[in-house]
Amino acid sequence: MSKPNLKIAMLLSRVRVEEKLLFEQFEKRGLPFDRLDDRELVFNLEEKPFDYDVVLERCISHSRALYSLKILNDWGLKTVNTYEVSNTCGNKFLTTQALFHADVPSPVTKLAFTRESALAAMEEMGYPVVVKPPVGSWGRLIAKLNDREAAEAVLEHKEVLGNYEHSLFYIQEYINKPQRDIRAFVVGDETIAAIYRRSEHWITNTARSGQASNCPVTPELNDICVRAARAVGGGVVAVDVVESADRGLLVIEVNYTMEFRNSIDTTGVNIPARIVDFALEVGSQEK
Amino acid sequence: MASAIAETAACPECGANVELGAKVEKGEIVQCSDCGSDLEVMSISPVELALAPEEEEDWGE
Repeated sequence: MSKPNLKIAMLLSRVRVEEKLLFEQFEKRGLPFDRLDDRELVFNLEEKPFDYDVVLERCISHSRALYSLKILNDWGLKTVNTYEVSNTCGNKFLTTQALFHADVPSPVTKLAFTRESALAAMEEMGYPVVVKPPVGSWGRLIAKLNDREAAEAVLEHKEVLGNYEHSLFYIQEYINKPQRDIRAFVVGDETIAAIYRRSEHWITNTARSGQASNCPVTPELNDICVRAARAVGGGVVAVDVVESADRGLLVIEVNYTMEFRNSIDTTGVNIPARIVDFALEVGSQEK
Repeated sequence: MASAIAETAACPECGANVELGAKVEKGEIVQCSDCGSDLEVMSISPVELALAPEEEEDWGE
């Protein structure tokens, strides 16, 4: 049960389908909420900026979400998700660290700081390998390198054309998945729904035209996803999982401002309703 | 909050009339059916459109 008269805000800029569905859920419950547009915010760091029971963060920009959540959490404001979760999930290196140290199965991953050491790491790992920028989403700038020549070219491009973060070489083994992966939605301690994302392309993101279909939430899938969610700090997250022929389920990444427009009809689960319920629960907890 | 009735507004890129749904929200992205530009709804009453910002490197989920 949520506390009556909760003071609620949503932090966002661009209004995607997901944000409209979340607005509808607050409106359906007759709950007023403020919209905080991150483009208009100015934080005076010495003053508590707002007085809300809960802020639901839905920024499209990771860095704005990250900085805003830091300020809000440091002032004791409750947020969904927290700064800690945003910081870990927004960076693939930090996510992998969190998963590894929580014994959540995930692909073999290496980190190198120079072109030469990155190439040596890839040669040792064996092709194909996948390189990803530490910060990024929607499959942007992810590359599958099938041989040494491709690796040399991409590493040079990243070093010369990218900012310094693109020279932090995050190298992951390529999992030969069955032309699909799994996107599972975790709210609190439960995997509430999951979809298969199928694509002829090795990148299966629905943002990149992957086709969604319902994926049953088995006890095994629930377990690995809830453990992945806890590893990054818990809350409302989407866990990307691949099926390895010889190692079973492996967690690739965890998303903290998840998109779910293609997954409501597909799964029959009212994902925005579950997110709002969770936010109200967080807002109702004693400080 | 959303607009109560469907409206149209001029595309800032090509000048075509862009039809907006009844539930259009400030901050939403719509597409001009004539020129294909992505447009951001800057205000609801009156409806005002601007070219949507380009995707940035830290955008996503």
